[in-house]
Amino acid sequence: MAQMSHATFARRALAGMAVLTIALMGLLFGANQFSNGSYAPKLGLDLEGGTQIILQPRLTGDKTVSPEQISQARDIIVQRVDAGGVAGAEVTTQGGRNIVVSMPGTPDKSTEDAIQRSSQLQFRPVLAIAAGSPQPEPSASPSSSASPSPSGSAVPAPSASPSASAPVASPAPSSSTNNSAVPGAFAAEPSPSASPSAPASPAASPSASPSPSASGGATGAKDPLSLDQITPELTAAFTALDCSKEGALEDLVDDDTKPLVTCDADGAAKYILGPVVVSGDKISDASAGYQVGQNGQQTSTVEIQLNLNGEGAKQYADISRKMVPLQQPQNQLAATLDSRVIVAPTFNEAIPNGKASITGGFGIEEARDLAQQLKFGALPISFDLQTRDQISPTLGSEQLRYGLWAGLVGLLLVTIYSLLQYRVLGFVTIASILAAGVLTYLAITILGWSHNYRLDMAGVTGLIVAIGFTADSFIVYFERIRDELREGRSLESAVATGWDRAKRTILIADGVNFLAAIVLYVLASSSVRGFAFTLGLTTLLDILIVFLFTHPLVTLLARRKFFRGGHPMSGLDPDKLGAVKKTSYAGRGRFTTNPPRVAGGEGSAS
Amino acid sequence: MKFSDLGNDLYTGKRSIPVVPKRRTFYIVSLVLMAIAVAGLGINKLNLGLEFSGGSEFRVTGTSVPADYESMAREALGAADDSQGVRVSKLGTGTVRVQTERLDAAESAEVQGQLAETFSVPVGQVSATFIGPSWGDSVTRQALRALVIFLLLVAAVLAIYFRNWKMAAAALIALAHDLVITVGIYSFSNFEVSPATMIGFLTVLGYSIYDTVVVFDKVRENTNEAFANGRMSFAKAANLAVNQTLVRSINTTAIGILPILAVLVVGALFLGPGTLLDLALVLFIGILVGAYSSIFLATPLLVSLRRKDAAVVELDKRAARSEAKRAKERAAAPVGVGATQGGGVALAEADGHAANESVDSVPRATDEESATITGRQVHKYAQSGPRNQPKRAPKSRRK
Repeated sequence: MAQMSHATFARRALAGMAVLTIALMGLLFGANQFSNGSYAPKLGLDLEGGTQIILQPRLTGDKTVSPEQISQARDIIVQRVDAGGVAGAEVTTQGGRNIVVSMPGTPDKSTEDAIQRSSQLQFRPVLAIAAGSPQPEPSASPSSSASPSPSGSAVPAPSASPSASAPVASPAPSSSTNNSAVPGAFAAEPSPSASPSAPASPAASPSASPSPSASGGATGAKDPLSLDQITPELTAAFTALDCSKEGALEDLVDDDTKPLVTCDADGAAKYILGPVVVSGDKISDASAGYQVGQNGQQTSTVEIQLNLNGEGAKQYADISRKMVPLQQPQNQLAATLDSRVIVAPTFNEAIPNGKASITGGFGIEEARDLAQQLKFGALPISFDLQTRDQISPTLGSEQLRYGLWAGLVGLLLVTIYSLLQYRVLGFVTIASILAAGVLTYLAITILGWSHNYRLDMAGVTGLIVAIGFTADSFIVYFERIRDELREGRSLESAVATGWDRAKRTILIADGVNFLAAIVLYVLASSSVRGFAFTLGLTTLLDILIVFLFTHPLVTLLARRKFFRGGHPMSGLDPDKLGAVKKTSYAGRGRFTTNPPRVAGGEGSAS
Repeated sequence: MKFSDLGNDLYTGKRSIPVVPKRRTFYIVSLVLMAIAVAGLGINKLNLGLEFSGGSEFRVTGTSVPADYESMAREALGAADDSQGVRVSKLGTGTVRVQTERLDAAESAEVQGQLAETFSVPVGQVSATFIGPSWGDSVTRQALRALVIFLLLVAAVLAIYFRNWKMAAAALIALAHDLVITVGIYSFSNFEVSPATMIGFLTVLGYSIYDTVVVFDKVRENTNEAFANGRMSFAKAANLAVNQTLVRSINTTAIGILPILAVLVVGALFLGPGTLLDLALVLFIGILVGAYSSIFLATPLLVSLRRKDAAVVELDKRAARSEAKRAKERAAAPVGVGATQGGGVALAEADGHAANESVDSVPRATDEESATITGRQVHKYAQSGPRNQPKRAPKSRRK
């Protein structure tokens, strides 16, 4: 009965293997039909060529770049490129100031942007807000903010609360006001935040500010929240700023320690912001996802969650504590990306744990890209695209062609060798290697489509070496079966026990390799990462093939008379293996020897 | 059928390669190889490619880029093959990019002139700049850190799996041995080390550790058995394990190396020096050295490391006792009716002593042919003990 279940199990495993192969084929077919997949694996930079992008640092005035800045920028760009998949891009510096990124294929606009963008995230307190472009209304209102008006006429808060249930966008009636441009909130909770004031309110709110800011313990002059920082020049710049114009911020000078006049990302509002209170390099981790609502359900709001490191968390806690009691718009903390405000929500409560969350008007893809960039840190300088060229492969096409030919010849040699060594059983090896080949091909083609996995020359050789790894699992297994046969077991039981032992060996040996793959993939960069990926993939496929293909196949074959009877050509002939002859009780006082050349009875006959 | 006979003999221990007993020889061989490799590294510094150290880059613009631009550019630089670290590629439609190792100003000017002449453009259209390394220090640092963490993890995993840290240590020493020799041979060949070569080294590393683990798994099995029955000393059990996996090792190495050999031959015959040949060479050497170390170095090292362990010393004593007992028994055992020495037909003189021994030395039934007086075939267990019954050793003698 046990053997029966072995066979059933084997058939199921083979069926599972077939289903897996067909599923992968279907996936590949689907990728080709409905997406931009291809039936051939994608090739790497050295085999296929690609695109070369030269980035030039943007230097305003007489600034210069230091070699450290360039190499730091290079490292960050490498990380960003790596985050885009296993493409095997090459990032070098040129002439000590430019950065050259060579990547296989043709990168799309968003990839290029993601590489180039400096991604400088900063948190600055809001001092004043106005509509992004001049309006007939008295847009000069911020100017009055400098003069502290005596009254506590900070009405906006009560007026806001009834209308402000939606954190995503502000109420429709106030569409002409500046605040409609502030789309999100620091989402400790979906707060009734950012829709409070009428256009005139910024003027009113500053009145309350002097007293709370004094309580913060910071010296008056250095307090980033202080409205004293709004000098007449700033006011003038602020009034003159028209966010709807192209290039309104071209000559923006972003100094961390000074107030900043800027626009928000879509130009609908303009801001006067205080100095940086928490800078982007304090971010230890960033991830993007959908916001989880109060009842634990996912909402459709996309948020980026930031983890700040110790220092950043402290700064963030301080500033949030100080800001909570302030009036609109001074209780808003603006998050700026590359000097533009992406979101400026209000604080409802102090946030002590250094976990900030930004919701804003971005889609999930954009948010993920942004989170990646935030995680790897900002580029120390901004870069402009200088040139963009097609680049030819660095290795001649004949290298790949001969490499593949050599691989085929090698496969042929392996075939001959295993047939010599294992006779008919050698066909199992070959079938397994072929199955592994088919699966590998499918896997790398699909991964090329989904993860931009590209094969470079080292990858091709790696796959050729993988033939050895894969074959070894079978050899370990077959040798175990032979060992068990030598011990005098019947073939079926030799297969079962041999498998039990070989399984352990295969698992630990492959496990070590898989460990190598994971560690190198997570910790290393560039081509080492590509290697790790290939290694992990082939190791995984090896285990899959041995468990779901080779072993079931051998189990089923062991039931065939050809193998069970130990045919000399089967490669499992106990005689040839010098099997110990074992006697076992066959019932009715008779004994049989194993292998049963003359079945039973022999003992009693003589 | 000689090979399969060899496999059988190695399995039963009839024939045996004295890997463990002769371990000093193998240590010396390995040490000499490693010394040569290290010396090679000292004399002949690794020829690092421009991916590691940066270099000079020339761009020829405004040319129509002839089809054989690559060989033209190479000839202009006097570098006929790929091993000299010259990379030529085409940018866009009208630019040829040539990267070389770092040149000084005079050399640069010379190369500029030659390139301009070759592609028949004015010298002004050949620009020269320095390029930084694409595989910079940070990549190396990250890779090394990853490697160190990996090795620590592997050591931990192996120590847990084999329940013995010395096995992990032996495996790692064998690994270091393979890497040193492979890198050393690379420095002798003076081939340029490119990122692809580094990947080759990593592949060798993976292969070496894989191979060692497979052999060690058999060592573990055999020595565990020895610890359980005390019939074999640790060194003997380990030696038997190496011999029993020898056929596997040979087969695996052959199958692993055949495709590489094909690449090597094809590369040498048709392509000449280049990435493909470099990689094939490093892998060829690495896999051979890896196979050597997993057979001839790792296990002997393990035996040397564990020689002083209390458990091993105790096992050796037990094994010696057991051996002596078996020898004595062999001498005492009468030559039975057609019996070979193993089980002995102890029917006649079934005195306690002999019977105990034969149970103890669980006879491999090599004597299935042996028959009793009735001429009927009888199982070996039934041949000993009074009334042909199997007999157990007295309680005091049991383990």
